[in-house]
Amino acid sequence: MKLPDAELVFQNLAKEILSADNKLFALVGIHTGGVWLAERLHHEMAGALPLGTLDVSFYRDDFDKIGLHAQVERSKIPFEVEGAHILLVDDVLHTGRTIRAAINELFDYGRPASISLAALVDRGGRELPIAAQYTGVELAIPADKMLELQRDKSGRLNLVLYDKSSAE
Amino acid sequence: MINRNPQLDENGVLQHLLTTEGLPAAILLHILDTAESFVGVTERDVKKIPLLRGKSIFNLFFEPSTRTRTTFEIAAKRLSADVINLNIAVSAQSKGETLLDTVNNLSAMNADMFVVRHSQSGAAHLIAKHVQSDIHVINAGDGSHAHPTQALLDMFTIRRYKHNFRNLRVAIIGDILHSRVARSQIHALTTLGVPEVRVIAPKTLLPKMVERLGVHVYHDMAKGLKGIDVLMMLRLQNERMKGANLPSAEEYFKYYGLTPEKLALARSDAIVMHPGPMNRGVEIDSAVADGRQSVILPQVTFGIAVRMAVMSILAGNQA
Repeated sequence: MKLPDAELVFQNLAKEILSADNKLFALVGIHTGGVWLAERLHHEMAGALPLGTLDVSFYRDDFDKIGLHAQVERSKIPFEVEGAHILLVDDVLHTGRTIRAAINELFDYGRPASISLAALVDRGGRELPIAAQYTGVELAIPADKMLELQRDKSGRLNLVLYDKSSAE
Repeated sequence: MINRNPQLDENGVLQHLLTTEGLPAAILLHILDTAESFVGVTERDVKKIPLLRGKSIFNLFFEPSTRTRTTFEIAAKRLSADVINLNIAVSAQSKGETLLDTVNNLSAMNADMFVVRHSQSGAAHLIAKHVQSDIHVINAGDGSHAHPTQALLDMFTIRRYKHNFRNLRVAIIGDILHSRVARSQIHALTTLGVPEVRVIAPKTLLPKMVERLGVHVYHDMAKGLKGIDVLMMLRLQNERMKGANLPSAEEYFKYYGLTPEKLALARSDAIVMHPGPMNRGVEIDSAVADGRQSVILPQVTFGIAVRMAVMSILAGNQA
């Protein structure tokens, strides 16, 4: 299946966020792809909004199944969460479980005024009542495929599709 | 017959932490890297994460310890586990129950993890061999054999201040003979690629053939401290001293106690570490313990993050 150009999709997403009539928010990217996107958004807004990052590994619901294998990055939230309007940024929105973990982690920093979600790709397949307020593109991806955002040496973003069985 | 490392399963995955000996550098570094993210958690307002929610961790301390037991307890609680402290020195064993019967009883209470401190070398190994495969064992110090979480938090501290393990000269100073900490440190330092590890001690406080562990032996602080980046002090273990290993504590301080004058022989940016509890005026002078180059209190703080990392990695590695 032919995947859209991630760079063009990002431009769509950025436009959508920038044109939205919305309260000021802080950006929080979810490792790893969401952090790249949040950094880009931060840059496009000339650094006007505070930027944080989350690695939700310690809040995942599949710890009992998969354990702690991959390198866990340190979460960095350099602003006051209490009372903040937060925009979570992730690359691929699928089951919604990562977002659930991210919301739980954010609440351990404080009580935000609101949390909204921006996703580069919404591939469907939700298992929790979670929706993105800003979406770059919607793609119907079969359940046995993994969709991943990758970044090459020059910093260019690419969407990659592979079989779930070959993952890890 | 292949003699497998009892800490690893057949796929090389860590199931118990019993000693740093024979553990691959990749596993040691995974623990240190994971601990780095836990330091972030311990700096937050809410210092708790839900990772080990519903798990029961038993602290089995057959030998008294305040700091180590407390840091394991804090680590487990910050991971949301339930912690049960058993001070066995004054409990079932004094009524005659064997070690393995105690463990069987606690396993029947659905323990997920045992943290074991025992005066006998090999106690944690014995328990690890005995328990069902879904129970993990952490050695919190066994006799004069091993104290792996202390060594790991020391490695974490060294990496924090010196950034990597290459090009370092490290000296371990004091009662090597009785020290499980020293043995675990030596194995961890050599596995992580520290090019020069020295031990500095009087002959009576060195194990026979200690050179076989890959260390350089010095009996003289003036020679041994030259060019050193990291000083790892050891406690003079009065409670383990049988017979006349030493003339007196004063005599020891004169030759091996770390004073500002002796510290000045090492590199000017050297760090001073100590596993605690310190005997001020015996192995270390207060001016050094509380001085600019001391990282002794950060060691304690990092110890919590390192123990959180060990517990969560083990709990996630289901057989």
